[in-house]
Amino acid sequence: MSSFWSAWIIVLTLGTLVVLIWLLRWNMKNYTHIEEGQEMDHEFDGIVEINNPLPKWWTYLFWACFVWGFLYLALYPGLGNFQGLLGWKSSNQDVQSLEESRQAMEQAKEQGLIVEYDRAVRDAEEKYGPIFEAFAEQSIPELAKNEDALDVGQRLYLQNCAQCHGSNAMGGPGFPNLTDDAWLYGGAPEDIKHTLLNGRQGNMPAFGEQFSDKEITELANYVASLSGRGVDPKLAEAGKQNYAVCAACHGQDGKGNQQLGAPNLTDNVWLYGGSINKIEETLHYGRNGVMPAWKDILGEDKIHVVSAYIYSLSND
Amino acid sequence: MSRIKHEFVEKHLGWLSVLMILAVSIGGIVQITPLLFQSQVQEPIDGLEPYTALELEGRDIYMREGCVQCHSQMIRPFRAETERYGHYSLAGEHVWEFPFLWGSKRTGPDLARVGGRYSDEWHHVHLMNPRNVVPESNMPAFPWLDENKLTGEDTAKKMQVMKQLGVPYTEEDIAGAREAVQGKTEMEALIAYLQSLGTALSQADK
Repeated sequence: MSSFWSAWIIVLTLGTLVVLIWLLRWNMKNYTHIEEGQEMDHEFDGIVEINNPLPKWWTYLFWACFVWGFLYLALYPGLGNFQGLLGWKSSNQDVQSLEESRQAMEQAKEQGLIVEYDRAVRDAEEKYGPIFEAFAEQSIPELAKNEDALDVGQRLYLQNCAQCHGSNAMGGPGFPNLTDDAWLYGGAPEDIKHTLLNGRQGNMPAFGEQFSDKEITELANYVASLSGRGVDPKLAEAGKQNYAVCAACHGQDGKGNQQLGAPNLTDNVWLYGGSINKIEETLHYGRNGVMPAWKDILGEDKIHVVSAYIYSLSND
Repeated sequence: MSRIKHEFVEKHLGWLSVLMILAVSIGGIVQITPLLFQSQVQEPIDGLEPYTALELEGRDIYMREGCVQCHSQMIRPFRAETERYGHYSLAGEHVWEFPFLWGSKRTGPDLARVGGRYSDEWHHVHLMNPRNVVPESNMPAFPWLDENKLTGEDTAKKMQVMKQLGVPYTEEDIAGAREAVQGKTEMEALIAYLQSLGTALSQADK
């Protein structure tokens, strides 16, 4: 803050206090020269005014407020650039990036300033840091048997993951069920963790331009037949002709490809619905399933614990 | 003498009004006026980009639908908030907000850093009917957003006004504004806006 605005704040704040003190003293003097309890020579329709000042204890409260105010301004940052005798502030607000935010945190620590927010973060790190560190040393399958870790993992899951995958982790149309054995990108502990850290970007292309509606219906029937469902055999047979296009990702046998996130078409688990209509819709318009990356939001230690929770859901 | 002064104030309403206005405005003069001239509320944070044409239209829909009544966009520097929402909000993130949408009430969660947290698809399902993904939600559904199409008629004008207010839009941005939003649904615009919220801070860190 420039010294002009700093001075502006200091002069106006202290000036106001001085004016208020003057106002209070002025109002507490008895200018009427009429003693307390006596009539004041006013009379309207037989009603008289009596000199009845504020009780003394009440006026002491005013003085106490001034004492409080001056003490506060001396101890805490209130007067322009003056930081206060305690060196206290609520947070580092004058930062322009995360890097500067971290620097300000370090700087305040070196200078012995008390930054309330930083202190809360440090306290939490001291308290919870060792817990997460201990968890981080265990493998995900080990953690998945650790009740304490699962409690923590579940809280984090409910806070961050349940919006899409549901509080029972059973997902919904477009959002994978995490409790079954069908994994788009692999259900191995490290695969799950990789998905959480970096996110995933699914891409089922749209074939509405390439194929006619008839061809799409045929293809949908063939795809449905892969999981052993009863379909019109003629349509399915016709659809097989065009399946080569699908095989590039889903494989000739329809078992999918976890490198690409291409779902297994033979297990009768349908992310976007398994009715012929829904399969046609998927073929026609394509799908773009996105799992956001959580590395920056949760950090690696917490993701490790969430991974264990998710791993535990299908590996009891 | 003093007694006359007090009577003077009590019996001259003009003076009484002037002194009362001075008394109630002194707090604002001390606290607000200096802030208007501070560099930290004028300078954007590193990597802050103005809203694209589509995001700007989405922001208008956010205002029209009254999202700000239930969602704040202001993460306070308390650990309980930063654990849930991310780094506390910085003044430099909001220098191009006219008007700001900080809100003051959280029936729903804070949205200051909602960008990138959920997929576009999730936002679409959620705005069509929040109960489809969050059964406990009491947020209203906004299905008409998916039907209403943007014409882009006023987009360039809006950006021009923003430019006058100090948002660094280029002539190119403004010239391409109409084309950028024409035919898009309000849903797409709103989702684009939501996905942009609060992302500048973490992106600049990479």
